[in-house]
Amino acid sequence: MKVTANYSAGRLTIHLSGELDHHSAREGLGEIDQLLDEYMPRDAVLDMSGLTFMDSAGLALILKTERRMRRSGGRAAIANPARQPSRVLEASGIERKIPVIGGSRT
Amino acid sequence: MTADNYIKLDFPSRSVNEGFARAAAAAFAAQLDPTMEELGDIKTAVSEAVTNCIVHAYPDTLGKITMRLRIIGGDTLEISVKDTGRGIEDVAQAREPLFTTGGEERSGMGFTIMESFMDKLTVRSKPGRGTTVTMRRTIERRPRR
Repeated sequence: MKVTANYSAGRLTIHLSGELDHHSAREGLGEIDQLLDEYMPRDAVLDMSGLTFMDSAGLALILKTERRMRRSGGRAAIANPARQPSRVLEASGIERKIPVIGGSRT
Repeated sequence: MTADNYIKLDFPSRSVNEGFARAAAAAFAAQLDPTMEELGDIKTAVSEAVTNCIVHAYPDTLGKITMRLRIIGGDTLEISVKDTGRGIEDVAQAREPLFTTGGEERSGMGFTIMESFMDKLTVRSKPGRGTTVTMRRTIERRPRR
């Protein structure tokens, strides 16, 4: 998985691309932590448009990011998940905890 | 029931093999002509089962994972993922949504996802001896284009 980001007016958009599983999640979490330390955004958006695969390791990454943002008084959201990641998000019920914007719904 | 076709793969519990295992399962399942969505479901379930072996069965060591795939009745894929690791004390508890012993890097949703993406899931485990997860998914036949 590749992690890139851009920042504008308090909002950090974190672009995830490739495959997000347990193997890639640890490094990804470290990179996201570093980005949040660096920018201290009010809003963090996990843009999943480039993510071709995600399993429950992605849910842990999302929950950890959401918790960290909430603790610092900020907000987190998910944007543009493709079909397979969408099905994992839906099966988990995670949308009750974090908003999902756009993307492919089943 | 006799299998129409089958494969068996042995590999060590290295996390890099999570991606390999789900790609291999998808390649084998392709002969059933699944939709992209069905293929995604199969890859996800395999990824969860193999990751469980890596994280929970062999937490501090490398061990052997055996993945068997077979096609039965012409339209059903059976996936079994077996380890000879630590085993699960309480399978019912392990299958509950959000239950995890894996800390904050795990979501506790692995079995829930396997259950919701597959038609059938059975878990056999003996503490100290290992765990076998067996899943079935029937792929609906589609008219040939």
